[in-house]
Amino acid sequence: MSSSHASAVGPAGSVWEGGQSPYATNSKKFGMWLFLISDSLTFSAMLFAYTYSRVTNPDWPKPFDFSPAIIFSTVMTFCLLSSSLTMVMAVHSMNHGDRKATVRWILATMVGGGAFVVLHLSEWMKLINVEHVTPLNNPWGVPLFGGTFFALTGLHMTHVICGLIYLAIIAQGIARGKFKAEDVEVSGLYWHFVDLVWMFIFPLVYLMSARVG
Amino acid sequence: MSNHAEEAVHVGGSISTFTKVWIALLAMTGIEVLLAYEQVPTLIMLTCLLGLSIIKAALIIAYFMHLKFERLSLFLTLFPMLIFCIVLMLIFLGDAVRIPNMRPPV
Repeated sequence: MSSSHASAVGPAGSVWEGGQSPYATNSKKFGMWLFLISDSLTFSAMLFAYTYSRVTNPDWPKPFDFSPAIIFSTVMTFCLLSSSLTMVMAVHSMNHGDRKATVRWILATMVGGGAFVVLHLSEWMKLINVEHVTPLNNPWGVPLFGGTFFALTGLHMTHVICGLIYLAIIAQGIARGKFKAEDVEVSGLYWHFVDLVWMFIFPLVYLMSARVG
Repeated sequence: MSNHAEEAVHVGGSISTFTKVWIALLAMTGIEVLLAYEQVPTLIMLTCLLGLSIIKAALIIAYFMHLKFERLSLFLTLFPMLIFCIVLMLIFLGDAVRIPNMRPPV
């Protein structure tokens, strides 16, 4: 070992040279946590804007019939929750060195996420084509409904699609013998975050606007 | 072997634990949908839905995102600030409540 390498690695054999690592975690995971916290604030602000608009408009519409819209969005929730479980299984498999099982679990996660996107898009199409709701207008005379609904769910769907691309890259890398367990764990953090955000959008946007009978 | 054991401790949680968390999340989603079907009064429904959502988020963060198995310093660095910022946003809700009463009669 050369002296320059020894200096870069540090006395404890770690790249970290500022003493003991305060979080005992790798930089990729910590970076992802920081991104997720900032993204949480973005979604919080959008959910707050939705709530603010809703409270200021007492005639806020309730466009989601229990059957089929709420049942439909419940199935979407099931897809996303199940994909989180399969992602945990992928991280677990990778930690035990089973690359084939990891790829299978990531693919299962992508199926769940893909089903969510397809169902969500069909929900959007129904709102746009049947209910005539657009981001700027709707039949109930509350334009803010369409604006906040499409902005919020659209940003979330963009995150899901980005997550699918991210997982595809990770799965391909794992299958080719690249990437380490920490890379799968970091991608898992992102995927669980997407699931977590939906846990607030589903009740606040859909269930609070449910129409029964 | 010791490295393997160390890694397992760091990763934390077993498949049965994760499955139980998943079932709990599904059950809470079921309760939320039932509340929507029963059309309970808005304030009670909003309180119940928000409460259940916070519990679900905590379960996802703790178990699926492994924060329960990380150092406390990571949690203390990230979450108090986040919660503080979210609570600060609620300051504006008072305005939202007042605005409908400030509209001139049509």
